[in-house]
Amino acid sequence: MSNRTGSRSRWLTGYAFAVFAFLYLPILVLIVYSFNGEGVGGFPPHHLTLDWYQTLFGDGAIWDSVLNSLEVALAAMLIALAFGVPAALALDRAQFPGKALFRRLVLLPLILPGIITGLSLLMLFDLMRVKLSLLTITLGHGTALISVATTEIFAGLQKLDRAQEEASLDLGANYWQTFWRVTVPNLKLPIIGAALLIFTLSMDEIAVSFFLIGRDNTLPLEIWGRLRRGITPEINAISTIIFFFSLVAIVVWYRLRTKAEGNVAVGEELVETAG
Amino acid sequence: MFSRAYKTLVTIPPLAWVALFLLTPYALMFCYSFWSVSSLQIIVHSWNLENYRQLLQRPVYWETLLRSMWIAARVMMFSLLLGYPLAYFLSFYGGKRKDLLYQMVIIPLWVSYLVRAYAWKTILGSDGVLNGLLQYTHLTRHPLEFFLYSPFAVVLTLTHIYTPFAFLPIYAALEHIPRNLIEASHDLGATPAQTFGKVIFPLSIPGVLAGATFAFVLSLGDFLAPLLLGGPSGIMISNIVVSLFGAAYNWPLGAAISLCMLLVVVSLLFFSERLEKKWSFS
Repeated sequence: MSNRTGSRSRWLTGYAFAVFAFLYLPILVLIVYSFNGEGVGGFPPHHLTLDWYQTLFGDGAIWDSVLNSLEVALAAMLIALAFGVPAALALDRAQFPGKALFRRLVLLPLILPGIITGLSLLMLFDLMRVKLSLLTITLGHGTALISVATTEIFAGLQKLDRAQEEASLDLGANYWQTFWRVTVPNLKLPIIGAALLIFTLSMDEIAVSFFLIGRDNTLPLEIWGRLRRGITPEINAISTIIFFFSLVAIVVWYRLRTKAEGNVAVGEELVETAG
Repeated sequence: MFSRAYKTLVTIPPLAWVALFLLTPYALMFCYSFWSVSSLQIIVHSWNLENYRQLLQRPVYWETLLRSMWIAARVMMFSLLLGYPLAYFLSFYGGKRKDLLYQMVIIPLWVSYLVRAYAWKTILGSDGVLNGLLQYTHLTRHPLEFFLYSPFAVVLTLTHIYTPFAFLPIYAALEHIPRNLIEASHDLGATPAQTFGKVIFPLSIPGVLAGATFAFVLSLGDFLAPLLLGGPSGIMISNIVVSLFGAAYNWPLGAAISLCMLLVVVSLLFFSERLEKKWSFS
């Protein structure tokens, strides 16, 4: 009996590691080939070199797009938080007609393919005669990512001790003071976590940006343009750099997350959102 | 405890923003799908069902929609086949490394979509890594062309991208199963296979449904992986929409197709929610 259980768990362990290998293989290939003298492709990689990084650092267009992306991500983060925090408070505390619809609508961009969000916004901007630019991309990202801010902060609110806010109000603080001195400090971790997540997601976003792009490219669109022309090794170099940045961001986010509320929450929200 | 003013203040701004930037655009998409384009390439605001008639009459549209759904279905199946055992392993055999392993699953999830799709292109291409490896090991003499620019490449890449998405809700569901239920099942003489089939799996169904929905819906609407890796036979419905909004300049028809896609997505969400409620453990 225990022998059979043992072999079962060995099989499962093997399978799990095969899945991990599948998940990490492309990332590994990308990193290794960013140092490959022969460029992308061929086997085995040889003539290790930093040439592609050098090409990359001399490439003005890429760095312009990186700056654009940073601007967009920062502004989108502010928009998403500015509306996501009150949205979470409203869902947690207020009753109003259409609340269920509002909740669904806010969360929809999280589950909807980006093309639908992107195109419907394109129609809106076209109707309003707004010229496409980094601003339209920012509005698109900000709107789509309110969903992330709302779920993260709503989860935080569920664990919040109401007594503190009550005490603050009883002791004569007004709502504004209570919000900034009690509610926000208590939500510090979810807010920072959400901000980090929104920033990372916006930096990487392409499906919505694809339709809202004006003259200036964001980094993913700049990379996309080059990929369409063919494979260029400096893309491996920038991808490797992006990978390490996202790695740091995700690990920090995850730490904050576990500190704030224990483990499984990410998946739970996804279940709730799909439902 | 919270005053009316407080509630109004936190409700109105997000409500207004969402109405302007989510509700209005969706409504606009609905309106567009009944409009048409004149011969001078001007969008005419006259209401008719012409776009929907074209959708039904021209097989290219619904055939591509069906093909996209088939690609999405395969991605969903493979993501579950990879994601479920992984979640099961982490939840029941993760031990002390559970936390680390969990992070290892979510890291690829947030690593750039584009970067990962591109990595598969460098692996599968005719002068790519896989062909290099095959020739280096003398398994083939000439590069094999059929890896890239095929539905296979699209399914493989999308499976890679959405497996962590399928994993997350399944893992959450498994973690929520009270461990004493499993002990009880063992104590009452069930074999491990019976425990899995009668206790663990049924309780994980809400997670499976959520994971499946994510994988299906997100890959159904994908247009970048097919453009990058799909070739002519890997074209998906969103690619048609993109061309209608671009060079082909027929926004109304594109809107009609998007709306059909939206309909598929929303009805799927609805059904998976119903099923989830039915299977929920409470």
